Amino acid sequence: MGRGLLGIEDLTRAEIEVILEKARSFQPVQRQANKRLDLLRGRLMVNLFFEASTRTRTSFEIAAKRLSADAVSITASGSSVSKGESLVDTLNTLAAMQPDVIVMRHAASGAPHFLARFLPTPIINAGDGTHEHPTQALLDARTILDNRDRIDGMRVAIIGDIAHSRVARSNIHLLSKFGVDIVLCGPAPLVPRELAELAPGVSISYNISEAIREADVIMMLRVQLERQHETSYPAGEYFRYYGLRPEHLRLAKPDVLVMHPGPINRGREISSEVADSQRSVILNQVENGIAVRMAVLERVLTN
Amino acid sequence: MAEKLVLRNGRVIDPASRHDATADVLMVDGRIAAVGRALDATGAAEFDATGLIVAPGFIDMHVHLREPGFEHAETIETGSRAAAAGGFTTVCCMPNTKPVNDSVHVTSYIVERARNHAVVNVYPIGAITKGSEGEELAAIGSMKAAGAVAISDDGKPVMNARVMRRAMEMARSYGVPVINHCEDLHLSAGGDMHEGLPSVRLGLRGIPAASEDVMVARDLLLAELTGARYHVAHLSTARAVAMVAFAKSKGLSVSCEVSPHHFALSDGNIKPYDSNYKMKPPLRSAADVDACVAGIAGGAVDALATDHAPHAGSEKMQEFEKCPFGILGLETAIGLTFERLVHPGLISLTRMIELYTTGPARILDLPHGTLAPGAQGDVTVIDPARKWTYDVNQSASKSRNSPFDGHAFTGGPVASIVRGRMVWQAT
Repeated sequence: MGRGLLGIEDLTRAEIEVILEKARSFQPVQRQANKRLDLLRGRLMVNLFFEASTRTRTSFEIAAKRLSADAVSITASGSSVSKGESLVDTLNTLAAMQPDVIVMRHAASGAPHFLARFLPTPIINAGDGTHEHPTQALLDARTILDNRDRIDGMRVAIIGDIAHSRVARSNIHLLSKFGVDIVLCGPAPLVPRELAELAPGVSISYNISEAIREADVIMMLRVQLERQHETSYPAGEYFRYYGLRPEHLRLAKPDVLVMHPGPINRGREISSEVADSQRSVILNQVENGIAVRMAVLERVLTN
Repeated sequence: MAEKLVLRNGRVIDPASRHDATADVLMVDGRIAAVGRALDATGAAEFDATGLIVAPGFIDMHVHLREPGFEHAETIETGSRAAAAGGFTTVCCMPNTKPVNDSVHVTSYIVERARNHAVVNVYPIGAITKGSEGEELAAIGSMKAAGAVAISDDGKPVMNARVMRRAMEMARSYGVPVINHCEDLHLSAGGDMHEGLPSVRLGLRGIPAASEDVMVARDLLLAELTGARYHVAHLSTARAVAMVAFAKSKGLSVSCEVSPHHFALSDGNIKPYDSNYKMKPPLRSAADVDACVAGIAGGAVDALATDHAPHAGSEKMQEFEKCPFGILGLETAIGLTFERLVHPGLISLTRMIELYTTGPARILDLPHGTLAPGAQGDVTVIDPARKWTYDVNQSASKSRNSPFDGHAFTGGPVASIVRGRMVWQAT
């Protein structure tokens, strides 16, 4: 059974810190004229995306290339999946081509966990359904640490559709391991009460002003209409109650960081003014995605 | 010449006749001839039951035999062999076949196939509505005449309360019990497992306990309105146990069954994304499990039934949310009942036997579940101390979907006898 990266929940704080520190060491590479390191020469990474993705897939491809690994990307629409092949058969076929790692995104929660039971190739989870998106949480933590000395003891508000968010779950697990005071906020159908028991330090509020009071970090989530199986909240008034606007920022710490995993919906969950403000580190997150994925690939492929 | 079988020196427990003593059981020509000490059984095949429990043949009132239509997953023959290997001598099969058993033709087909291929007694359960579509009532009376012992739209519960009311009224006229798989399909829509912390943790959509409770409540009110005999299938929540107990206290003619996986496992026991833990109702919370156990021990629960639901490997080897619901149950039921209920002292051996014999026989008016002389010669022989390990790859079922593969049990069946003939013996 390969040792990949399926989620944050199973990692220890120490393991997370090693990845974050390694990612920091890769950050300067991005600013060099020659951005290529020779660490993974001859290794093959296969990107297998069963769901549309631009930034995560591209970010993994760039990360692999910067480490001199070969990268092949496959999207479901052009693959045998559309010909009715089962997931297990698709993965077994790919594994027979001897990749060193498979980076996988799938709409079903647990799809990579299910496959990891049968497959020798290590799998990196690039987002499984509404479960986890571990590299997103790692790049978010890297971004926070670029702006703060430590994560410990911070207050972080996560706002939006928590129920359907793999980004939220991974961040909750990561931040909780650092003793963060985590406030989840959104309309009740999207913030089930059980979330408060998911990890230590989590609380729930249905009021955005209350949630972001004294916050060090505000993580906004995309309103994911494609994951809603029915309209579970009045969409027309979402922005009025849960959209982040300039007046909200005054309630948070003066140096609050505003984050968003993208792609952002301006005017739906975040106002343009906030998205483009000095407090926004959204583009830093994107940039850190490469360094963090380099660190993860290096960890998985050199262990 | 008469065909004779005698079981010697077992502890014969027959709750129906309040018998619990060491005795011989003699069967002649497929019927119980005598129960007593040192019976004269000249010419009979002998079975030494010393140290074993001899009970009336066990009844599983809720199985899926998949025939007609899904013979790749199970057939009446293979399902009946799995039943025998689990200590069951009678099974009642649900109507969600292809075509649905909503007519005298399908009922008769099942009866005929069972007569020629099954090693245990098989009783079909007919559909409540045509195609189990929840709209137009099926031919309830004709199916009864052809051998159906109850009606149910198992797996596709009747959502329209008015249709359910009419079904109960008709069933009452014909003296047929109505069995419901209680699940409000709007509340459970899209769900893959019980709604709670584990579902939230795994990012899987939840099936709230309320989806079961709402329909149990509705049906109990309709049972009161119509006077129908009403039975809750695979009951799994604390509230449902309480509501059934309350309805009984009001004198309603209601009953319920619990499945072994629902008293043995909670949602906290699910191996993440392992489809062998996916069924409906889903594995509920630990508090629900405790309430089901209390209901079984206290009398609110009338029967244990496996909801044996075979699915071919290709169907279960998929992403969790794509897999069909249901697991095997026939071969592990008695082992689980010993492990979770009898050995811990929560129920007596006699109570266990009631739950698998007189309980279901009474609910469905079945001519089984007793060792009284004259009764059909169906016997389950049990060894409470037998150590065995379940190997699903050796299962008599065609399918392999069980979460109990590799599980070590203490206590289980050692022989199944149907109409005076040994149909299965432990090796």
